[in-house]
Amino acid sequence: MPDTTSLIRPLVALTGVEKRYRNGTLAVRGVDLAIGQGEFVSLLGPSGCGKSTLLRMIAGLIDASAGTIDWPNAMHDARGRPERSIGFVFQEPTLMPWAGALGNVMLPLRLAGVPKSEAADRAAAALAAVGLAGFEKAYPRALSGGMKMRVSIARALVTKPRILLMDEPFAALDEITRFKLNNDLLELWERERFTTIFVTHSVFESVYLSQRIIVMAARPGRVVHDIAIEDPYPRGESFRTSAEYAAQCRIVSRALSEAMAA
Amino acid sequence: MSNEPPIPNADPRFLGLTADGWGRILAPLLVGLLALGAWEYAVRVNEVPSYILPGPVEVWNTLLRDWHTLSVSLGITLQITFAALAVAASLGLLLAVLFAQSRVVELSLFPYAVILQVTPIVAIAPLIIIWVDDIRIALLICAWIVAFFPILSNTTIGLNSADHNLLDLFRLYGATRWQVLTRLRLPSAMPFFLAGLKISGGLALIGAIVAEFVAGTGGSASGLAYRILEAGYQLQIPRMFAALLLVSMTGIAIFLVMTLISHLALRSWHESAMSREKG
Repeated sequence: MPDTTSLIRPLVALTGVEKRYRNGTLAVRGVDLAIGQGEFVSLLGPSGCGKSTLLRMIAGLIDASAGTIDWPNAMHDARGRPERSIGFVFQEPTLMPWAGALGNVMLPLRLAGVPKSEAADRAAAALAAVGLAGFEKAYPRALSGGMKMRVSIARALVTKPRILLMDEPFAALDEITRFKLNNDLLELWERERFTTIFVTHSVFESVYLSQRIIVMAARPGRVVHDIAIEDPYPRGESFRTSAEYAAQCRIVSRALSEAMAA
Repeated sequence: MSNEPPIPNADPRFLGLTADGWGRILAPLLVGLLALGAWEYAVRVNEVPSYILPGPVEVWNTLLRDWHTLSVSLGITLQITFAALAVAASLGLLLAVLFAQSRVVELSLFPYAVILQVTPIVAIAPLIIIWVDDIRIALLICAWIVAFFPILSNTTIGLNSADHNLLDLFRLYGATRWQVLTRLRLPSAMPFFLAGLKISGGLALIGAIVAEFVAGTGGSASGLAYRILEAGYQLQIPRMFAALLLVSMTGIAIFLVMTLISHLALRSWHESAMSREKG
């Protein structure tokens, strides 16, 4: 089991969460899950296991059909809803084509009513943090796939969220770009320690990145394994090529095979 | 961290024109000149009287000679066309925004917009001209009816075509309806609106001309269509051709202006306004 001290008062706690779509499909059933403050957690599973659905429920983009999603430490806003402070990165970069990189990263701040000049400063800092200083004015179509994804990450982090939710963010990128973004994401996480839930279907990616891997099975989507990866950070190329990494991948791979057979 | 180079903007700028660009201008020009030459030749050789078919040279001379009268008419037709286009664009946009806000409004009003569109303008024009005292207003309404629909229907589609993930993102950040409209839906609809405007520009002119025809000689307004009718009655066929030439030129000019506006508004981000190098 993972480090339990952070789980006494987790950042987010799911209890008996279930999602049934209107057409009757049971996408997720009976998920109990606690995510601690500052944890890097991966949701790993075959397609159709409901990992994206689970992520969207945590984000509040869709409602759970049953069960509760609690934010025990969150302040509540005027209407009694928890202030969740979420950053979300979609599988596609999901940028506004008519705005430059800076304009895209400014969006969450502008929507929250932050004055334009302050928003621009903070957005420029966020772009610099993902290695895109100097690209403030570039339109999305002039950027490569990896750079667009960096803009998307900068946008998710510009509000300094307490939790970063990522839905297979690097799945569409080539391997070299993916490795580089993996390293850069870990570097950012080690610096800022925002809680991260990372949805992926890659065993290798999940072992490389996470402290904890939640393995899910499909039909209906459910959690079947909760595996801790205790190797220390920073994890660089030496970790990626180590015997320890290979051993961890083997364990997770076996868990995934079990999940798919279940 | 990152040093990935940006994809170079596939938008080379030429001071002059490329071979392709010149071909695009010269080829149709050559065809036009040949056709005009053949027309002039045929008229002269067969000694066709000008009240049946004037040659292009005579049409051109008539255009220059009657420029004073014709230019006044052109001004009137242009006024009606652009007023109709402006009203169509603003009302179309406004109504489309209303449709995007409420499904009920869209469902209850859209069929009537379609009815307005499918009823031939020639058939309604007499009624409108009878009902509305001011002939200019009547002409404006006719031109507006024709020009209105492409803008409404295009913009409605555009407002509803905003990226679903972006809509989710706006929701995640607690965006208000107004913020979603101004920061997401309207920019998404922009290319659609401009495409509608391009179609409506030509239609507004057609609407204005058709309405002028129906209003006929009864009106005090005397646009280009009135000149065509008048010239027809008086068998001044060269003048008729000159007026016709002006109508066509106006249509082409409106189309070019709309294309330019669309290009300027979209060139920095939309695929439709990008020039691509051919592979």
